Amino acid sequence: MAEFVSLAQGVEAVLSDGCSVAMEGFTHLIPHAAGHEVIRQARKRLTLIRMTPDLVYDQMIGMGCAEKLVFSWGGNPGVGSLHRFRDAVENGWPHKLEIEEHSHAAMANAYEAGAANLPFAVFRGYKGVDLPKVNPKIKSVTCPYTGEVLATVPAIRPDAAIIHALKADREGNVLLEGIVGVQKEAVLAAKRSLVTVEEIVDDFGPRNANAVILPAWTVTAIAHVPGGAYPSYAQGYYKRANDFYIAWDKIARERETFLAWIKANVLEKGPEAFAQHARPSRQAA
Amino acid sequence: MMTATPTEMMTIAAARLLTNEDVCFVGIGAPSAACNLARLTHAPKITLIYESGTLSTRPTVLPLSIGDGELCDTALTTVSVPEMFRYWLQGGRITIGFLGGAQIDRFANLNTTVVGPYDAPKVRLPGGGGAPEIAIHCGQIFITMAMGSRAFVETLPFITSFGHGTGKGDRAKLGLKTRGPTKIITDLCVMEPDPETSELTVVSLHPGVTREQVQAGCGWPLRFAAELAETPAASVQELAVLRDLHIRTKHAHGVAA
Repeated sequence: MAEFVSLAQGVEAVLSDGCSVAMEGFTHLIPHAAGHEVIRQARKRLTLIRMTPDLVYDQMIGMGCAEKLVFSWGGNPGVGSLHRFRDAVENGWPHKLEIEEHSHAAMANAYEAGAANLPFAVFRGYKGVDLPKVNPKIKSVTCPYTGEVLATVPAIRPDAAIIHALKADREGNVLLEGIVGVQKEAVLAAKRSLVTVEEIVDDFGPRNANAVILPAWTVTAIAHVPGGAYPSYAQGYYKRANDFYIAWDKIARERETFLAWIKANVLEKGPEAFAQHARPSRQAA
Repeated sequence: MMTATPTEMMTIAAARLLTNEDVCFVGIGAPSAACNLARLTHAPKITLIYESGTLSTRPTVLPLSIGDGELCDTALTTVSVPEMFRYWLQGGRITIGFLGGAQIDRFANLNTTVVGPYDAPKVRLPGGGGAPEIAIHCGQIFITMAMGSRAFVETLPFITSFGHGTGKGDRAKLGLKTRGPTKIITDLCVMEPDPETSELTVVSLHPGVTREQVQAGCGWPLRFAAELAETPAASVQELAVLRDLHIRTKHAHGVAA
């Protein structure tokens, strides 16, 4: 049953050094505040799993939290490279990063397989390309009905999933709407989960019957962190800070500017720093 | 009289290939600009799908990322990412996939993974994302890329997305029933795979562009069609709509125009 905790308590409860963790959010609802807390707690040797390791993973990789990255697209969307990720892969700074690389289709299927308690995912993919040559986890299976050879990847079963959502009610049920990504699958595939939320409400009130709801008994811990997705966004609360994504390119390009930014904005600040971004979208426009 | 820049000409030439009947899987950058230009000009009923899960979206500004809120706010509906890749892409419901890449070879295979050896890369690129499966599941593939001899290369260090392999028949050997890359729209010309060999062949030069310029931007000896066409110049309306779209987009993303 979900427990209400502070962000620091939540990260402590679900993550320890050497764990595997999926911090998901497909552009929308990326758990930035939680990523910053992982950096403040100086977690090490993590296996970071994420389809699109964008700024939050760039920051964690640059601060040496990660031993391995499981991913399918590692860039700053619409802007360019992730410089800290590239520095780790190309130059081994701050240390060497092991990578396990997939396509989006493979990872989406692997999360579903994890949530469905299956050992692997099967899909039609990876035809004619080089990824299976460099990733031994990509294998194939022959369909017992048609004889077709299909691609397989192991199910994703992380020790922990960390996501950001719109609302929790007082029972600890969690609601998210909009671009819902793979967050539901990541939570259901993981052993433990932390959800940071924009708002805690008495009752969800009128809602879309098809909204994604994670019942309280599927979630380990919930922390109230308004603005916790910034510079990503929370549908109906605030918009994506595209200007920050553009600015990050310059901040992350050099190790010194990166470290100075982390010191001023992560190490010397707490989750309350995100609250200023939590104003409603219509005021932000 | 306004004249299009090479990049604008690329976007406009790509947009003209799209129709109201198309269901497009749209990537960020030039593909997104081309698809939305088509929607705002001659193909208002075109169906645009972004991999973040937005079906039939109609953004008023171009998204910076495939999951900007604008895409969800203006979509007919939004589905989860696993559903997007399983039902909509793998399900075979998408007629055109738009891809770009860091590098392309003469059979339209694409590299967006690494330059240099995989284990010790000279340049680590973002990786495949949706592209490896977009390339095999969409009915056909359009590719937009600016020409340059580092981008149009003789040999790819890594194949991220499969085009025509080593020539005609390679797709069928892999059991693929989709057509693969059918149009490569660059800033200088349009190419198509040769019907006999699948090797990329220049079929149309953009206004004012010479064969020599095109060859200079390509790392292998290029083939030209016997009847080489000239791409019609950008119309006043096409340019105005595209420039308006870019200005709105820059304002929306907090970057001065």
